[in-house]
Amino acid sequence: MLNKFLSTASLISVFLLISCSNDSYEAIDYKDNYLVEDGGEIVNAMIGEPSNLVAMIAGDSASSAIAANIFNTLLKYDENLNLAPELAEQWFISEDQKTITFKLKNDIFWADGKPLTSQDILFTWKLVTDPNTRTPYASDYLLVKEASAPDARTFIVTYEQTYAPALDTWASLQILPQHVLKDEDINNTFFSRKPTGSGYYQLDQWINGQQLTLKRNRNSTQGQANIDKITSRIIPDTSSQFLELIADNIDFMNINPIQYQRVFPSREDLKQRIGLYKELGNGYTYLGFNLKKAPFDDIRVRQAMNYAIDKNEIIKGVLLGLGEPIASPYKPGTRWNNSKLSPYPYNPSKALALLQEAGYEKNADGILVKDGKPFEFEILTNQNKQREMTAVLVQRRLKEIGIDVKIRVIEWASFINRFIKTGEFKAVVLGWSLSLDPDQYNIWHSSQQGPGQFNFVGYENPRVDELLEVGRRELDTSKREKIYHEFSKLMLEDSPIVYLYAGYGLSAINKRVQGIKKPAPPAGIYQNSFEWYIPKTLRRNEIAAQ
Amino acid sequence: MLKYLIKRILWMIPMLIGISLISFLIMQLAPGDITSNEAAFNPKASEESRQKLRELYNLDKPVIVQYGLWLKRISQLDFGNSFASHQRPVLWQTEDKNGNITKGLIQEALPITLLINLLGIFIIFSISIVLGTLASVRQNTWVDRSVTLFVFVGFAIPGFWLALLLMYWTGVVNQWLPISGLHSPGYLNLSEFDQTLDLLKHLILPVLISCLSGLAGISLYVRNGMLEVLNQDFITTARAKGINEKKVVFVHALKNAILPLITIVGLSIPGLIGGSVIAESIFAIPGMGKLFYDAVLMRDFPVIMGILTIGSFLTLIGNLLADLGYAWADPRVRKGLVK
Repeated sequence: MLNKFLSTASLISVFLLISCSNDSYEAIDYKDNYLVEDGGEIVNAMIGEPSNLVAMIAGDSASSAIAANIFNTLLKYDENLNLAPELAEQWFISEDQKTITFKLKNDIFWADGKPLTSQDILFTWKLVTDPNTRTPYASDYLLVKEASAPDARTFIVTYEQTYAPALDTWASLQILPQHVLKDEDINNTFFSRKPTGSGYYQLDQWINGQQLTLKRNRNSTQGQANIDKITSRIIPDTSSQFLELIADNIDFMNINPIQYQRVFPSREDLKQRIGLYKELGNGYTYLGFNLKKAPFDDIRVRQAMNYAIDKNEIIKGVLLGLGEPIASPYKPGTRWNNSKLSPYPYNPSKALALLQEAGYEKNADGILVKDGKPFEFEILTNQNKQREMTAVLVQRRLKEIGIDVKIRVIEWASFINRFIKTGEFKAVVLGWSLSLDPDQYNIWHSSQQGPGQFNFVGYENPRVDELLEVGRRELDTSKREKIYHEFSKLMLEDSPIVYLYAGYGLSAINKRVQGIKKPAPPAGIYQNSFEWYIPKTLRRNEIAAQ
Repeated sequence: MLKYLIKRILWMIPMLIGISLISFLIMQLAPGDITSNEAAFNPKASEESRQKLRELYNLDKPVIVQYGLWLKRISQLDFGNSFASHQRPVLWQTEDKNGNITKGLIQEALPITLLINLLGIFIIFSISIVLGTLASVRQNTWVDRSVTLFVFVGFAIPGFWLALLLMYWTGVVNQWLPISGLHSPGYLNLSEFDQTLDLLKHLILPVLISCLSGLAGISLYVRNGMLEVLNQDFITTARAKGINEKKVVFVHALKNAILPLITIVGLSIPGLIGGSVIAESIFAIPGMGKLFYDAVLMRDFPVIMGILTIGSFLTLIGNLLADLGYAWADPRVRKGLVK
């Protein structure tokens, strides 16, 4: 209900903006080059309130967005999505590939001035693997057989078996301070609302339900960021966010394709003071089949679906062109993406031929029929406007070749519990993330089909199982690349899902914020946000004249 | 009278238990629990950890056992902690050993919702009585018709749409009022008086929008009540006695016509703690509506039950107050009760 209403609301606001374009904001002539100055405040808007700033407990995206500014990880991904040092200065992998030794940077401190040592990292590892810690993310760290901190700057982990995604997991575990947390219950501690971190920023103020303010951490382990304060206002409705943006009360928000493609181009005055950025997002949308049930247990039927759906049309219609078709579950442009693969082209006659091969005949009404039964199924999706619109376009194309598709939109928790967990579905429109580490064992390995596990489509291919197993044990990047390229190729042939699109993440940022990379690097614009700056002449008055 | 009061209050206990049992059961009918929210649908999160969470919160136990546990806690007035990862107390603040205070969810959301609703009810009733009286005195004239038209247009306009229009007009085009939120940036540096002023400025639009739909019902209620009273014999008598028309309308007629409004006020008491999700989302107000809606989507049972329990308690209290208010205002009812 709310989603529907929100999208209507945003449409109306769009209409408003187009029809009414006088406004009273003074025009600033933005220069091409400003000097880097430190200080100033950036105000952004977020849809939800962070729940808990200890990321291993929280799990919601608002929390991780804020926590990422406050805490550090051992490693990080650089702007080209390669692993780079963060708290660790160097890391070494042993001969047998089972032991990783991290050497921490010299002289690093927590925000409260206490030294940050390998004991903190050991403590964090113990915390995440402690059975009493209510974290959903323990499994990766439980694979560590032994962890030790022989001296203040060295942290060593040994795995039972070689585990290729290991480094990736150390780029996502945020390190927590032992001296603050050692006597606390991590599940319910005040630390989650008043954290001590080591990152660029520390929490200054949190007004429940309204806003969070971060200020620069003078003891940051990564040097100093330029912007002094980040205020995140919690505004659940994106239309309201947009009004705040054009009234110059916020500097930064994520926008939707309509705003990007329709509203901004028609408003010179907005374009003049607000910059638009796009970057490939971290997820893709797919049409997934239940491979355990007819008719989608037949590979020819699945391939026919793939030929019958026009992905470019969906990208044009749903995302207004702001997305890319994909042929593997990896980000285009990264090494894991097999650039030799291309998506199934739109080819309805080939789809029909495949369906005829599978035993379907068109009856007098133009409906495909097999054994006297018409080809009909239901696409389930959750309340997500883009997925609903996508389902409608799929429905239309399938109708053209004689398949009767119904669409059913269900609230998330019911969707997962009544349909996904029980396997009571034929097709779904959902999304997965384009993970940075290529390991997708949990999603595609045949052993991961139990209720609540993630191979709910029921994909089974012995060769794919083998590749996923080998890929987890291989640390050599070029060998891994070959493994996952083959995996992607088999996936595309088997078509357990139809890749529909990977959408762009779109942001609108006031031009007072300088130093943003355009075009966005593969890791996205936010990757170098510590280098952003606001020239003094462009700063908002300290107390807004509201 | 006192006996009646005590009887009524004692009756509320089984009623509350019944209401809570039904709410608990209905809540459990919806598929899913706290472990099946969208963020948990992440290949990095294992099913075992979700199962562990379920056991921790007793979600693996039969519904009736869960209800028993809840009832046991609530009988000590302990509303528990939210299932969400912030684990905040549902009702009232707690203090940990280092003196850090964690505010309760309802404790923080309720005041702002109450403030908006009380302002709203006050405005609705004052405007409605004026409009309704005006329309009834000038029955079937252009005044009557335009009042009816006005209130129905207000009733029919989708609140969120008007809200966005007004936000754009008063906040973007003209910058008269703030667009969303409760406070301006930097309000902490303002004096207490300016802080209140700042808050009121932020509340103008939300209160206005929340009044719109109520206005139509109440003013027509007053109009029809007035018409009925104005046609009665005692009004004719009053007029015949030569009392001036103003006194007839405002003293004799209005007093009788607004009696039934007491019931409506009583019935709207539980509504005071409920906010509109839509208005709260648009205006970015952290009130009860959004709290409840999010809790339902997350299947955050302690929060849902907390709000429902307080809501049903207030409903019962509201009914009682309406009856008592009626007895106070109408001698006939009062006599009936004492007998």
